[in-house]
Amino acid sequence: MSAKREVKDVQEIMTQLWPWYVSGPLLGLIVPLLLWLGNKDFGISANLRHVCAMWPGKKPAFFQYDWKSQAWNLLFALGLLAGGFLAGYLYPGDPVSLNGTVLERIKSWGLDDPQALVPVKLFALGALASWKVWVYLLLGGFLIGFGARYGGGCTSGHAITGIAAWQLPSLVAVVFFFVGGLIGAWWILPGLVAWITGGAG
Amino acid sequence: MRFIFGVAYFLVGVLGGVTLVQSQAASWYRIQEMFQFGAFHMYGMILSAIVVAMIGIRLLQGKRSLEGPEIRINDKARTWTRYIVGGTIFGLGWALAGACPGPTLALIGAGWPAYLVLFAGMILGTWVYGLLRDALPH
Repeated sequence: MSAKREVKDVQEIMTQLWPWYVSGPLLGLIVPLLLWLGNKDFGISANLRHVCAMWPGKKPAFFQYDWKSQAWNLLFALGLLAGGFLAGYLYPGDPVSLNGTVLERIKSWGLDDPQALVPVKLFALGALASWKVWVYLLLGGFLIGFGARYGGGCTSGHAITGIAAWQLPSLVAVVFFFVGGLIGAWWILPGLVAWITGGAG
Repeated sequence: MRFIFGVAYFLVGVLGGVTLVQSQAASWYRIQEMFQFGAFHMYGMILSAIVVAMIGIRLLQGKRSLEGPEIRINDKARTWTRYIVGGTIFGLGWALAGACPGPTLALIGAGWPAYLVLFAGMILGTWVYGLLRDALPH
């Protein structure tokens, strides 16, 4: 196989949607990889706590520990950033092709057909000109950060690692991720997005 | 931590970031589709990830890791309030933002600056939890 052909293959793979039966196992593989390397637990939201622990001034006891001992996880998080750069920036793929009913519903909130991985009206640089978008982003982020630490983990720690390790607390947490998620997706988000876009909701 | 392991953890992260974007699991649209039960894609991903992780844990448990320590899974504390209340709050944020912490990092890398604001909100939420922790029921 010529080098040119290989470059073309990489481009093809990187601009196509990876089906769940490829991408799911790849994500799952992270759990044994981290264990095998150094008995490390896959848990991304722990890094939010480590970032707080970096604060040099006065801080709650919850953040008083040596964050450098968790440097491996911060490096892992930097890898996520780099991976996102590789995939999303170098190889922007096709727009997301959604289930038709879902698409119609989302459009009724005042959003357009997908032009990229995420809605331009909410996440492009220009969207930040609206204070409503700041409220939306900070509110969503706050709930994620607060809930992840209160609940002891996020999707990586509870839904993937915890359930795979037969931890009943993780199963309970994931069930309630969905309780909160369904409330948010069906009863709060439509109005919230319509409030931002000026659409119907 | 030896330098080579630092590189290895970074590279595992790269695998994760690439996969989250290429599978569109990082897509706000896919998260909404999941919560609206519009496609199997996200469920298939999470379920197959769990199966692979489960097999991996079974094979590795009790063995020695490359860095040295024995591989073992610590049991999570069985105090239920935190999983119910904290889990619900996290789920609310997951649906509203259409992303969880991993995809947020991948999307910052992919060049979507608004996710930096979302990330700042996550740090703020984490900080407030740290402030209130002793007052909250767990």
